Amino acid sequence: MTAPPTTVGRTAARTTRTLWSGRAGYGFVAAYVVLLIAFGLVPTGYAIYFAFTDGGGSFNGLSNFSTAVSDFRFAPAVEHVALYLAWWLASLVVFVVGLALLLHRLALQGVSRALRFLYYVPGALAGAASVMVWLFVLDPTVSPVGFLLRAFGYHTFGEVIAPGHLPVLFTLIAFWTGAGGWIVVMYGALNNISPDVLEAARIDGAGPWQTAWKVQIPLLRKWIVYMVILAFAGGTQLFVEPQLLSQASTGVAGRDYSLNQLAYDFAFQNNDVNTAAAVSVELLVVGLVVAGIFVARSGFFDAD
Amino acid sequence: MTAKVRAVGAHTPCGTRRRSGLLAAAGALVLAAVAACGGGGTSASAGGFHPVKQTGGPLTVWVDSSRLPAAKLYQQQHPEVKMDIVTYDGDANGSNYLRTKVSLFNRTRKGWPDVVFSSQNNETTWAVDAGFTAPLDKGLIPASTLSGWAQGANAPCEVNGTLYCLRNDLAQTVLWYNAPLMKQWGYQVPQTWEQYQALGQKVATEHPGYLVGSAGDSWAPELYMWPSKCGANQIAGPKAVTVETTSANCTRMASLLDTLITHKSMSLSSVFSSDFDKNQASKILMMPGPSWFGGALFQGTFKTPAHQISVAPMPRWSADAASTSGNVGGGTWLMSAHSANLKAAAAFLTWVTTSDDYQAKLAPGYPAYAPAAKNWLAKQGSSGYFAGDISAPLQAAANQVWPGWGYGQFSQEAVWAATLTPKLTAGQSIVSLLPAWKTAIANYARADGYKVSP
Repeated sequence: MTAPPTTVGRTAARTTRTLWSGRAGYGFVAAYVVLLIAFGLVPTGYAIYFAFTDGGGSFNGLSNFSTAVSDFRFAPAVEHVALYLAWWLASLVVFVVGLALLLHRLALQGVSRALRFLYYVPGALAGAASVMVWLFVLDPTVSPVGFLLRAFGYHTFGEVIAPGHLPVLFTLIAFWTGAGGWIVVMYGALNNISPDVLEAARIDGAGPWQTAWKVQIPLLRKWIVYMVILAFAGGTQLFVEPQLLSQASTGVAGRDYSLNQLAYDFAFQNNDVNTAAAVSVELLVVGLVVAGIFVARSGFFDAD
Repeated sequence: MTAKVRAVGAHTPCGTRRRSGLLAAAGALVLAAVAACGGGGTSASAGGFHPVKQTGGPLTVWVDSSRLPAAKLYQQQHPEVKMDIVTYDGDANGSNYLRTKVSLFNRTRKGWPDVVFSSQNNETTWAVDAGFTAPLDKGLIPASTLSGWAQGANAPCEVNGTLYCLRNDLAQTVLWYNAPLMKQWGYQVPQTWEQYQALGQKVATEHPGYLVGSAGDSWAPELYMWPSKCGANQIAGPKAVTVETTSANCTRMASLLDTLITHKSMSLSSVFSSDFDKNQASKILMMPGPSWFGGALFQGTFKTPAHQISVAPMPRWSADAASTSGNVGGGTWLMSAHSANLKAAAAFLTWVTTSDDYQAKLAPGYPAYAPAAKNWLAKQGSSGYFAGDISAPLQAAANQVWPGWGYGQFSQEAVWAATLTPKLTAGQSIVSLLPAWKTAIANYARADGYKVSP
């Protein structure tokens, strides 16, 4: 944008540029819109259609929803997902922001780049593969950190995956696979804070804690809200971790654990796609409502 | 039945979770997955089986890792048949992988394998309704061949009098034991469960660390509750089940297990877990187990040296006149009704279930096809691996499987694993969990549309 145009060609060049960039914008958006329609809107509509009809395709009101809610697996699944979300969101906000601030402070000492890379690496593994890694880590017999597990009193895989441990284990797995990307995003957001502001804080006598608490975190608020909205949506859709754990433990832990697994079971074990769709529509509604609350309360779309 | 599940590609396109992307897209992706995964079954009645146009092409065969050598051997012996061999988890532990895939294929109208091995005996409960299985006794396999199966072996494959699958092996339970060790320690092989329990308690004090069995696997109910004639799984009709878990027949076995678990001579680890393999595999004095334990577990997984392992009949309760067996798996072979290659599929199916080359010489389990079973036993005898003759107890046990335990659509293994195993690990007793077991069975049965009594 800063290329110096010649006096003669200035008008023409500007016109061309405006036209071209406008078209490019549509081009970029078009690709996204096509994908959104094909893999987002159409299937959503399809699921909503399924959720309100019976196996024969005729409208049956909310009966699929009541079937889902009255199923014996539903309440435990809601409880599991809520517990997991509490652990996952809390750890995500505290540790991601904390580690990003730490990275930012270390930036001058040169280790920051290496650490950023290190945080990001687990996220580069594909979802299911990184869960597989954990299945080995959590088995005291074969785990590289088996001594640690034994120190806590866990001698068999079965003891490690006791039902009470699952929310924490899934949080560990999800944090390890997913938090690195967010740390890098937060770090980028921190870099966007003008050095003048930090300089002013320092001159006013703010230490690292005060700077972080009173200046940096308030300025990161929108990023944190953005992260929480996406993490909430992702967290309610918990599936890969319990599903793989269920297979690895031959069904001992993680079967019918989350709402998404329940939808999956409805569709494939009970041959009831309509109730499965009802569960997924419930998840969509919960995700949208929570996102709406966060957006409204945080002024997410307010101009700076 | 012997597949280790952890090696299986568990990543399915349905329900894959995405953590990134816009909210709508993230939510919708899962919706997309669910919506695209239909369960629309096409019902095919037995009499009206209409094969699709027989266009030939490669023969797609799905097997678990234990049956892979069978498919490979067939390919080697029949190089003219173009085969596409796929390994999957064999539906072990009620994983439902096959059913999930078939309902997807039913929606996309393509992709069905021609022949599938399943480690479960209950596949016909859904596969017939889903229109997936071809009727085998209506011209595809000659009656003269079918008459060779052991008495009742193909019962789990029959729906309304039509045969929809072929039993691969019988998995009658027997008592495996370490013969030289028993002799060295001066123990007698127990004939009754009472003697078995007494010996288990004795071993715990005289040789701590040694085991008389394991109750840590998902098939523990089939291994212990079934032979004790516990009526937890009485399939009373196509969609009816009677569940009794607190009768005397159930509690007698539950308290036996509790006692031995307390004495630590009954393990709570799965025999296929890394932990069992490392710490307990070399300390087995006795172990109730299905016929396939000999080859698949002792010889294959534990690498127990030759001339040690022997077989005795399952103990009986002193109140009972004769010994009764349970059954752990003994998978089935299904043929796709959608196959464009029925002739080749039938040829493979016949070979894999009846040929001596596989069933007698290579198979880890006791063949369901009687002539092959005879040769299998002879081969086991001549292999010199086992201590003593294992034929008589295995043959006897094949006819002693208690018929009161049926094959429903829900998986008893899955129910036991999810309901009891974590609580047993946490130190609760089986006796105290029997009512919870019943509730769980009833819940899962009802979810599959079963009428549960009492």
